Amino acid sequence: MNAKKISYLLLREAGIGVALILICIFFTIAEPKFASYGNLMNIFTQISINTVIAVGMTFVILLGGIDLSVGSVLALCSVVAGMTITHEALPVGVAIGLAVLFSIIVGSACGLFNGFVSNRWRIHSFVITLGMLNIARGAALQISDSRTIFGFPEAFSKLGAQTVLGIPIIFGMAVILVIIGTIVLNKTVFGRMIYAIGNNEESVRLSGHNTMIYKVAAFVICGACVGVASILYMLRLNISSPILGVGFELNAIAAVVIGGTSMMGGKGSLVGTFLGASIIGVLNNGLLLLGMGDFARQIVTGLIIVLAVVIDTYRNRILNQLQQT
Amino acid sequence: MHSKPAILELKDVSKMFPGVVALNQINLEILQGEVHVLVGENGAGKSSLIKVLCGIYTPEEGQVKYHGEVYSPQSPFDAIEAGIRVVYQEFNLLPFLSIAENIFFENIPRKRGFVDFKTLYRKTQKLLDAVGLGVSPQTPVELLGVAQMQLVEIAKALSSKSKVLILDEPTATLTSREIDTLFDIIRKLKTEGVTIIFISHHLEEVFLIGDRISVLRNGEMAGTHVTNSITIPEIVKLMVGRTMDEEYPFQEDVHTGQTILEVNDLRHTVNSEPISFNVRKGELLGIAGLVGSGRTEAVRAIFGADTPHSCDLILNGQAITIRTPKDAVRNGISLLTEDRKSQGLILDMPCDVNITITNLEAVSKHGFIQFKKEQAIARKHVDELNIKTPNIDQWTRYLSGGNQQKLVMAKWLFRNTDILFFDEPTRGIDVGAKYEIYLLLWELARQGKAIVIVSSDLPEMMGICHRMLVFSNNRIAGELPREKFNQETILSMAYSGYLHDSSNGAMQTGTA
Repeated sequence: MNAKKISYLLLREAGIGVALILICIFFTIAEPKFASYGNLMNIFTQISINTVIAVGMTFVILLGGIDLSVGSVLALCSVVAGMTITHEALPVGVAIGLAVLFSIIVGSACGLFNGFVSNRWRIHSFVITLGMLNIARGAALQISDSRTIFGFPEAFSKLGAQTVLGIPIIFGMAVILVIIGTIVLNKTVFGRMIYAIGNNEESVRLSGHNTMIYKVAAFVICGACVGVASILYMLRLNISSPILGVGFELNAIAAVVIGGTSMMGGKGSLVGTFLGASIIGVLNNGLLLLGMGDFARQIVTGLIIVLAVVIDTYRNRILNQLQQT
Repeated sequence: MHSKPAILELKDVSKMFPGVVALNQINLEILQGEVHVLVGENGAGKSSLIKVLCGIYTPEEGQVKYHGEVYSPQSPFDAIEAGIRVVYQEFNLLPFLSIAENIFFENIPRKRGFVDFKTLYRKTQKLLDAVGLGVSPQTPVELLGVAQMQLVEIAKALSSKSKVLILDEPTATLTSREIDTLFDIIRKLKTEGVTIIFISHHLEEVFLIGDRISVLRNGEMAGTHVTNSITIPEIVKLMVGRTMDEEYPFQEDVHTGQTILEVNDLRHTVNSEPISFNVRKGELLGIAGLVGSGRTEAVRAIFGADTPHSCDLILNGQAITIRTPKDAVRNGISLLTEDRKSQGLILDMPCDVNITITNLEAVSKHGFIQFKKEQAIARKHVDELNIKTPNIDQWTRYLSGGNQQKLVMAKWLFRNTDILFFDEPTRGIDVGAKYEIYLLLWELARQGKAIVIVSSDLPEMMGICHRMLVFSNNRIAGELPREKFNQETILSMAYSGYLHDSSNGAMQTGTA
């Protein structure tokens, strides 16, 4: 790794990292409670769910697509998992295990539908996932009879509160997912293909590849991530509900975009997504502590997204120049 | 000297790009009210000349005068304002709007802020009658056939009063009857004082409609003549010029072997004429023909990049089916596409990624990429092909054209296929890099690979190929072994598919 490559990587990720640090410093000064152990744990937990969804969303956006159905699919997965966990006929350990499995399977199946339909008939994923947004929500309400599912076994609730070395398990799992995803994207053939297809699908196709498989796979990965996120959410709330996750897709997309991934595809990283999700979580938490109301917080988050993308265009210009030397 | 004054004068006009001279000291006079035909081989500079006249290109040298005053349009808008309009080969129509909306796009008739559809359709109908297009003005353009779209484009040009009308291959898609109507329109425009510049590959049209003809060759003006005073063979000779100055030393030690691939019954549509030919080991097979004669379509169909109506392939004696590029590559066939930037490379990724993309299995283990191995392979290819890049991490976007082309070759060499199709391998590349590519091609042939080259550079193909197929109008017009290579013969074959069987006009057939 030479100096140039390091400075390239730093510039790519540093922008948001530095911004995050500055925001944290600002909030700590403005409201010391921000940096308290309890509050930080709160932030970690809040970021986790969005991060996991955003990891999957990153794969989709890297290929130039988008998944608007993640919030609804989250609800559907949680309802299926909830019903499995609370099923009388199953021993606790098996119930939890099956719940996790089913959650991921349901999420992946929705992703498979999204990916297959949008690619087979060449319809933009925006439209297909918009349809799935409604389908999944309706299915969740139908299956659960519009009722909240509660009464999870104690083992499950205890798991939700667990910490390892002082860090909540939920957060730890999100970080692990980011690490695994980063390894896949940077070190594997699959990851190489994702970036290549995102940059120039036709060129990759003409080099002798079946590009559709990768495009569908990205959506399946996104759906699987939603399945995981659903479990994490249940760990935190201790209930399942068909009305969960409304608006989650927007936070996930915001995390990906703030993190520097281009909506055109081909450029971006999971570390960036993680930092993007962190900024959103920190902002939300900090502003709340400072007494800002819900609406004002939403406005600020929106402004940050716009600012992040504008700064990104300047950053890309500098990055390109670095590449030329 | 001329009875009419000059409306456009080009004096020593040159247009250059890095490594390529598109126009070289062009001197040309277009007379007011004449029909001036422009001919020339592919790449001779016809499009560049038009782009200079209509404001897309600004010449590096020389001057253009319009009505005696200096004319230097900064954009097509300036040209249109000045009364110079171009009807392009590639249509500028909006498919989801109606014919009427397309024609009057720039000045839709209005009444109190709303579109005045009645007037719009009435005016459009008049124009459609004039060009002989019998469809309703409300028809959405996407429902029209190619020839009909061409007529809409012509009607559009008629709708605004132009002083100079430039028609780029207007008859390419028209039937004889539509062409007659078009020529009537042109004659009528002449009486109204409009000047017409007409580009065409159909040489006999020159005599039917042209007053004078100019021939471009290699970016230079080869000659301007009054059409009565020249014959088709003479025109062809002007287009071709002296035989090449540069040498393409043919390699005698390369021997062609047995047939490796048979292409049979290749048809793009149900009505196309079937195309059949063989490809042999150790042979450089050239495919010549005019732009649009079906060469690129044929090789893309064989490679599986496009889906033809039919294509039977026999590889090493066994029938194979190719439906996608993946099938082709697995069968040992590669294609260097005509457009290397958008289809041959991933511009925003490094050189080594671009090279190994054709065979990631070779640089990975259990799904994980072996970076050191990949870099070593990339460096080897970059050195062997003499690709100039500061390092292999460089994004391919920043390589020069010639080096980009070599990089595309590197990626296919890495795949090591037995059959290689090259579509315009040296287009836009400087002489030095071209020679390196020729040497590479010969080396591949020496190794027993089968190479098929589609190129518009006839001297180049004649210099390096063992055998040549000539395409004309989507079928094979002829096949020549090296001993019989002759520029005029090949060009005549290339044009043969476009010569209409007309018995009128002062047409003189060239020697076949």
